[in-house]
Amino acid sequence: MIQATGDRPLMILIPAFNEEGAVGTVIGEVRALYPELPILVVDDCSADGTRTVALEAGADVITVPYHLGLGGCVQAGYRLAYDLGFHYVIRLDGDGQHDPAYVGLIRDTLFRSGAQMVIGSRYINGGGKHTSFARGIGIVFFRWFLAIILRKQVHDPTSGYVGVNRQALEVFARSFPLEYPEIEALVVLQRLTFRFEEVPVKMRARLAGTSSITAVRSFYYVLHVLLGVVVNILKYQGSTRRP
Amino acid sequence: MDRLLAIIACFSILLIGVVLFNIRRAHIRVEYSVSWLSAAFVLFVLSQSPWLLGQFASLIGLNSLPVALLILIGALFLVVFFRFSVVMSDLKDANIALTQKIAILEYQLNALHEKLQASDRK
Repeated sequence: MIQATGDRPLMILIPAFNEEGAVGTVIGEVRALYPELPILVVDDCSADGTRTVALEAGADVITVPYHLGLGGCVQAGYRLAYDLGFHYVIRLDGDGQHDPAYVGLIRDTLFRSGAQMVIGSRYINGGGKHTSFARGIGIVFFRWFLAIILRKQVHDPTSGYVGVNRQALEVFARSFPLEYPEIEALVVLQRLTFRFEEVPVKMRARLAGTSSITAVRSFYYVLHVLLGVVVNILKYQGSTRRP
Repeated sequence: MDRLLAIIACFSILLIGVVLFNIRRAHIRVEYSVSWLSAAFVLFVLSQSPWLLGQFASLIGLNSLPVALLILIGALFLVVFFRFSVVMSDLKDANIALTQKIAILEYQLNALHEKLQASDRK
């Protein structure tokens, strides 16, 4: 079982759903670059061999009993990391789009800046963009929208390549958006007057499989996230009803 | 109007009967049947009391009793549906938390099992 060791224990978290074609390579790359870092894969009840491939590649794996969606998976990882005493978690996607070479940069920025969240951004210094046209439009819209709400520019608000420290981990272990969590998570942090930083990363093409965000889903995505952001702004902070 | 009120009365009695039948067969929990029983009871009382219905119609500024009745039915069921949306949201949250907890416990249990097996081999 993974353990939090050292002064600033850090865990790599990889949520994965039907990623048997890519997750092994991602784990292998992380292990080659950062052999000291524990890797946790949260398998979202995949129908393929994701769990087996991840275990064979040397990661620890938790498998949720039914398909929770990205947010539920990431939160399960955050919960375990928080319970085990990790101070930092860096999340990579299991499809290989997030180049593990930038884990070091995100880690160093988390350590140095004291920001609660560090986002790997594909739009700083023009790193490899690898995103669909529809998603690109969504990103431009949310960049503008979030600049108003957060009063700070976010270049890549939909990036899932993020690192969080223990303060953010505590918040997200308790409550984390279920679907398309990245943008809502930023608003949650802003309400708590937490800080985030962006660092330039290069995104790659998926190693295998296809994106779940199609053109039609992009429209639903925009509506869903907009509503989620508004709800988060209006949310009563004193409530303890939700688990 | 009388026919409409009679239909509403029959419908409310039928609804109460169906709900009670489902409670008896344990298809619906008592706490979730309260909203339906309350709605059916209100409809039945109004269908049996045109005076009360008239008071409601004048309260919302309507001359037509049937229209007032239909608005009331719509409003009652909206309240019931909203209550069940809240219940469903709570259940979904609880379900997610439980699912995550099970996955984490299973992981910890497997790790413990492997540790025990390793110590047995020594």
